[in-house]
This record gives sequence, structure tokens and C-alpha cells, in this order.
Amino acid sequence: MANTSEIDFRSLVLDAPLALDSGRELAGVQLAYETYGELAPDKGNAVLIFHALTGDQFVAGTNPVTGKPGWWERMVGPGKPIDTDRFHVICANVIGSCLGSTGPSSTGPEGGPYAMQFPVITIRDMVRAQMAMLDTLGIERLHAVVGGSMGGMQALSCAANFPERTDRVLAIATTARHTAQNIAFHEMGRQAIMADPNWQGGDYYGGEAPAKGLAVARMAAHITYLSEEGLTAKFGRRLQDREAKSFGFDADFQVESYLRYQGLSFTDRFDANSYLYITRAMDYFDLAEEHGGLLADAFRGAKDTRFCLVSFDTDWLYTTADMREVVHALNAVAAPVSFVELSAPYGHDSFLLDVPALDRVVEGFIG
Amino acid sequence: MTLRADLAKIAAHVPEGARVLDVGCGEGDLMEALQVQKGCDARGMEIDPEAVAKAVSRGLSVVQGDADRDLADYPDGAFDVAILSQTLQTAQRPDWLLDQLLRVGREAFVSFPNFAYWRMRLFLLRNGRMPISRHLPGSWYETANIHHLTIADFHEFLALRGVRVSGSWFFAAGNEIGRGNGPFGANWRAEHAVFRLRR
Repeated sequence: MANTSEIDFRSLVLDAPLALDSGRELAGVQLAYETYGELAPDKGNAVLIFHALTGDQFVAGTNPVTGKPGWWERMVGPGKPIDTDRFHVICANVIGSCLGSTGPSSTGPEGGPYAMQFPVITIRDMVRAQMAMLDTLGIERLHAVVGGSMGGMQALSCAANFPERTDRVLAIATTARHTAQNIAFHEMGRQAIMADPNWQGGDYYGGEAPAKGLAVARMAAHITYLSEEGLTAKFGRRLQDREAKSFGFDADFQVESYLRYQGLSFTDRFDANSYLYITRAMDYFDLAEEHGGLLADAFRGAKDTRFCLVSFDTDWLYTTADMREVVHALNAVAAPVSFVELSAPYGHDSFLLDVPALDRVVEGFIG
Repeated sequence: MTLRADLAKIAAHVPEGARVLDVGCGEGDLMEALQVQKGCDARGMEIDPEAVAKAVSRGLSVVQGDADRDLADYPDGAFDVAILSQTLQTAQRPDWLLDQLLRVGREAFVSFPNFAYWRMRLFLLRNGRMPISRHLPGSWYETANIHHLTIADFHEFLALRGVRVSGSWFFAAGNEIGRGNGPFGANWRAEHAVFRLRR
């Protein structure tokens, strides 16, 4: 585990201030990004991958922060479904995050970290920043945008707001709007962070971070990424390193031990304020609302864009029914859309895991 | 790639460059033929996720959906041509499905197995059991084909609903056969039929 402050992230600074949905502006926006594969001379082979809530720009190869493989190593690389021998893959850390892009832990105009002075951002703001990044990189039109979960929201937002920037949109395990239940889970996580005495109204930089609150937030969210079937298969009611229940509050059950580990290890690599800001952006996401209330209207400009949408039968966070609303809207504007609900046991996290049918769909669609 | 006889017939008659919806498109053989041979903008609907995944991996635009329900999601006149091949007899409500087909498509091609094919009649007459054939495999309790019909039934049905027939073709043992006349016409001799329909 490397300290993120010691890593020299590859990044660029946007020329112009970024106008945000909130009405505020963010000047000097830095975006950390990684690329894989060569950009063709005509710049026609670029694929932009959007990462999920707690993801980062390290899609493939080794992540220098964690020392582990990139989060979509199984999907991106030479000879993989998104083949870096053919495509120039770009992935940027979203604004609001903490892996090299401007976020609440970055230095603000007053000299110290922004903390809660950072403006509230939206999914569309994240996409705007990445389109400005493409301008800087001299890439006008993408072969495809691809994303799962929050990455899928960005992919849909990109199609709705910047349809001229991409030929294809691949959105996996995602939704066009956050439901009351989605918001409720996020609010619980945010309250856990804010209830941690170390949070200090967000001004904890230089002191103890609200790691306990962030760990609880992560534990709660992690449950929503898995299916009951998956949890039962993995842990059941099995006990952790013991023969009998302790009649105490240690992690008796394997599932407790697993969640505690997930929560704790997350705090090493993620900033609590970033978690607040990014979950807020997801909660504000409602593609129909931002286009006058009718989802089909969001896609009027994208009727020549090819779409591929994928949901998973065990994903109860962003369901097949949520995805069908997107399919319906795209049919209404006669956009060329493919949709498939794949069967996989892992719940929402299926998009990151071993689902061979997903590999085939991605490879076929990206072409 | 060789298309099944009824699909080849449909492909031959779909106008060049048409916007086409293939309902129950399977892995997309007909869609691909229409795109390559006719320059069509072809879209598909298919209930089986494995078939959808294969069609998508061929670069086709296919939506996983249940024709019995999800056709309602398409706007009126969204397509020049809507195709329903060998699927009518599996629908919960064939009448509703046909209405939807002629709502989303300005014209429709429909193909189905003819339950009055002479071998079927003979099978039932001789054995007193539900016929099982190449086009209608599976026992009565497990078959997906829940609304058997004959060519004569279909003609009557279309007349009742005011649907016009602008073409019909008949097949037996993989070959096209003539329409014929009288009791030993197509309704006796055809294993399956293709109709081209308009409102």
C-alpha cells in the first residue's frame, strides 16, 4: 500500500474553468488519467472508460496505489475484449475523487484543502470535465464510451449531453436515475462518515481521518453490490476461525469478518469527503429530469449512436427494470440499441467479475 | 450462410434499405442477411439471453424482450417492416401480437407451421395423439407452441380483422410448393406458410 500523496499521477490541467451544474465554477481542474494502447494516426480508435464510485483510472496493468491488478484487468488489455492492441483506451479519475484529480482533498483557492468548500458536482460535471480533457488531448470523436455502475451513468450522460463525441455507448449494470432506495443507502453511508468524531465538518486533513465512519459507509454499500445468493454461497452462516459462537460482539460470522475487512481496507485508499461528494453526484442523477422530464428527450440527439445496455439478473441495486426504461426511451427515438440481461450470481458486482457472456457481448459490440 | 426456406423468402421480398424489426430474431441470421444483401437497418427482439448475446457479438442491434409484452414499447410506425417468423403459435395472445406487429411496422411478414398439413392430420387420425413434427417438436405438455393454427384459420382470422394479404408462400420438406386449389390445396400440402400483410 503506497501513500497516494507519494505517487506521481499522470495528469493534465484543463485550460478553462469548468462550469458546473450548481452554477459554480471550478478553476484549474486537474484530471489524472491513464492510457493503454496506441492512438491511431487518424485518432479514430479511442475508447473512453468511465470508472465507478470508488474506482480509479487504473483500468488495467498494476494499480500503483494498491499494488493489485487494475479494476477491469479481465476486460481491458492486449487480446482482451477491449483489445489494447487495437484500441487506445483512456480512463480518467473523476472530479471529486482523490486519485490525482481535483476533489475535496485538493488544494483550494485559499491555500488549504477544499474540504467542504468543494462545490457539489454532478455526473454531468464529471463528463464535462472528461470531454474537456479529450479536447486537450486532441480527440474529437470516440470509437466508444464504456462504463459500469456510476461509469454507466457517465456513459448515458455522455450520450445525452455530448452525442457528437462518440459512435458507441456501452452501459453496464446502471440506471438513468437514482431511486429513493439508492439515495437511502447512500445517505446512510454519508451519515456514518459525518457521525465519526474525526470528520470535524470535513476539516480532518492533516489529522486523523474519519476512517471508522468511512468503513461503515463502505460496508453498507458493499452489501448492495452483492446478491443474497452470492453471500450465501460464499459465507452462509459459517463462523470465522472458531468452533462456536462467542456470545459477544466479535466477528463471529465469516460475513462479518469479510465486511470489516472490506470497510477497513477501503479507508486506506479513499478519502471520506470524496465519498460524500461522489455519492451526492449519483443521488442527483436523473437523466430525464435534466432533459425536461421525458427520458426519450435526453436521447434525441443520439439517435445515430449505437447503444449496448447490459443488466444482471441478480443486481438489485440497478435492476433490469431500470435498464428497460432506458431501452424504452432509446426505442422511442429509434436509436440502434441492444439490450441483454445476463445471468450471473454476483449481484451488482457481476460487471467486474468472471462472466464470460459479458466478455462476448463487450467484444462483439466494441468490434 | 444458407437461410431457412421461409427466412430466405422473407429476405427476398423485404424492400431495399427498409427499417426492419425481426421479432424472435434468434441469433440474427435473417437480420444479418437483410443488412448485407438489402442494406436494411435491422433491429431484433429475442427472449433467449444467450441468443441475444450471440447476436450482439455479431454486431447486430438486438433487444432482449418478450414479444408478448415488450412490443408495446415501440412507437407506431417505427419500422417499414416487422417480421414474425415461426413465433405466432407461441404467443400468449396471437391476436394482440399481430395487432402490435401491424402497429409498429407498416407491413409485416408472418410465418407459422400449418397444423392442417396432411402428415399432421394423418398422425392424429391414425394415432389419436398430438402430432409431433420437425416444425412442431415437443410433447403437448412441454411445447412452446400453445396456439396451433392452420392456413385456413389464418385466412379467416385476417379477413375478420380487416388485414390485407399482399403475398403468401407455402413450403413442404424445405421446398416451396404451389398454392393449389380445393381441399388438397396449400392447407393440405404445406408444412409451413409465409404471409405478407398490411392493414
